[in-house]
Amino acid sequence: MSKIPQTRQGHRPVAIVGFSQSTSVRADRESNEVEMLLPIIHDVFQKAHLTKDQIGFICSGSTDYLIGGPFSFVTALDAIGVWPPKTESHVEMDAAWALYEAFVRLQEGDLDTALVYGFGKSSLGNLSEIYNLQLDPYTMAPLHPDLVSLAALQARAVIDQGFGTEEDFARIAARSRKSAMENPFAQVRRDDSVEVLLQEPYLVSPLRRHCLPPISDGASAIILAAGDKALELAEHPAWITGIDHRIETHAFGARNLAVSTSTAKAASVAGVADGHVDFAELHTPFAPQEIIVKRALGLSDEVSINPSGGPLAANPLMAGGLIRLGEAAQAILDGNATRTVAHATGGPLLQQNLVAVLEGA
Amino acid sequence: MSDQTYVTSDPRGSITKLDTPSRLEFLFTAGTSLSKNLAGYQRGQFIGQKCPVCSKVYVPSRGSCPVDGVALTESVDLPNTGIMTTFCVVNVPFAGQSIKIPYIAGQILLDGANLSFMGLIQECELEDIRMGMRVEAVWVDEADLVPSLASVRYFRPTGEPDADYETYREYL
Repeated sequence: MSKIPQTRQGHRPVAIVGFSQSTSVRADRESNEVEMLLPIIHDVFQKAHLTKDQIGFICSGSTDYLIGGPFSFVTALDAIGVWPPKTESHVEMDAAWALYEAFVRLQEGDLDTALVYGFGKSSLGNLSEIYNLQLDPYTMAPLHPDLVSLAALQARAVIDQGFGTEEDFARIAARSRKSAMENPFAQVRRDDSVEVLLQEPYLVSPLRRHCLPPISDGASAIILAAGDKALELAEHPAWITGIDHRIETHAFGARNLAVSTSTAKAASVAGVADGHVDFAELHTPFAPQEIIVKRALGLSDEVSINPSGGPLAANPLMAGGLIRLGEAAQAILDGNATRTVAHATGGPLLQQNLVAVLEGA
Repeated sequence: MSDQTYVTSDPRGSITKLDTPSRLEFLFTAGTSLSKNLAGYQRGQFIGQKCPVCSKVYVPSRGSCPVDGVALTESVDLPNTGIMTTFCVVNVPFAGQSIKIPYIAGQILLDGANLSFMGLIQECELEDIRMGMRVEAVWVDEADLVPSLASVRYFRPTGEPDADYETYREYL
């Protein structure tokens, strides 16, 4: 056990041993959800040197509201071929929370491996109308605030409280898009100057188009393994040494939108500050949110953020948070990093946040 | 949203009811495999997909064998005939009902297929209906063919001897 770093959560160490993601596209009109998942499920099994029959637990993250049909997570199982039946679960959240459930499930000790996946065809409906349904149904949803206007309220709070400027937002977008040029799975991959980005008109002040994520269809999958099984399956397992998620009130007026108390709390429990951070993958779909989450995590300016390009370069809903965990793990699996931080968000305006610390031996 | 949001309140003050209408519209991506099946209905032909591992034929399919988890790449033309494995006589009226009750909804297992689907049974007296009946599809007129199961008006008994229970017990 000397090869396994000390973990803060759980009595049984769990590591990411395989990661796969689809190339994010604006609209995949060829494949249905099952066909979109098939290649990445096969790929992740191959990477983890496992077959479907060797998997102990399966957990997915998706939402029927993207597809407009019931029980899409059940049909998605066809991409795996779950026969004979296996212990399986689903969260109506980003698949990062499915990973959390699988992490907890592996603590039971009777199973050694778990498959986690998320999928989202964000292109099939009107996202502002769909996401309106997650708002407080009495006082907020009837007003039908659109996604961008809500994000603009948060951006304005960031500016008003002196945490960032419109130029900072553009700098984040430019850096993300440029980083994504190295990431074949990303969707917005280009080298834009901050000056040019700032010439874009406002969509909703103070947000310009570059502050928004692309609409993406995509999927991601991760294999978790516990204890010695992880050492057997991967040369450099990405151990989850800390993981926590916290939620804040759904009432926008009852929290300061420019800070993320839940992220800070989760970061503290996960132990982000306990060591050097090689890089952080942040699930911050709107550029100003990166400023908020980075502050809440207590990351210094030296820490590289979203070397993959992050959600401003590819944002498949329900899979994007899991991709942050996957990207943070992949560098460790490849032997290119020893300690990384991953963040995922759910709910409106960073309402709920998950933070994980991943470490190599 | 053009729908009206309205609040009814007690004339003396307290709100007793709040309706928040919402309407969502979606595109549907049939996928590569199901598209072949739907295109078949457009020309009056049942099309299934065959699993390269277990050789089972799915009609319709979502593109993957739910047992083996592999892509279904081979299309198979299927005949108009099959077995009605089980059935239900519908006597209950419900919103949007388009067929006069009572009527028969049957599970149809086409010859050569390994998955059954639900179909309307007509030209059969209620007292004659039974598991294992041989049935055939009656398609709409060529001009009315569409890329959906609506191209099949209904299934009717062929009059052939019933199928042996053992041949379809897996498909109930």
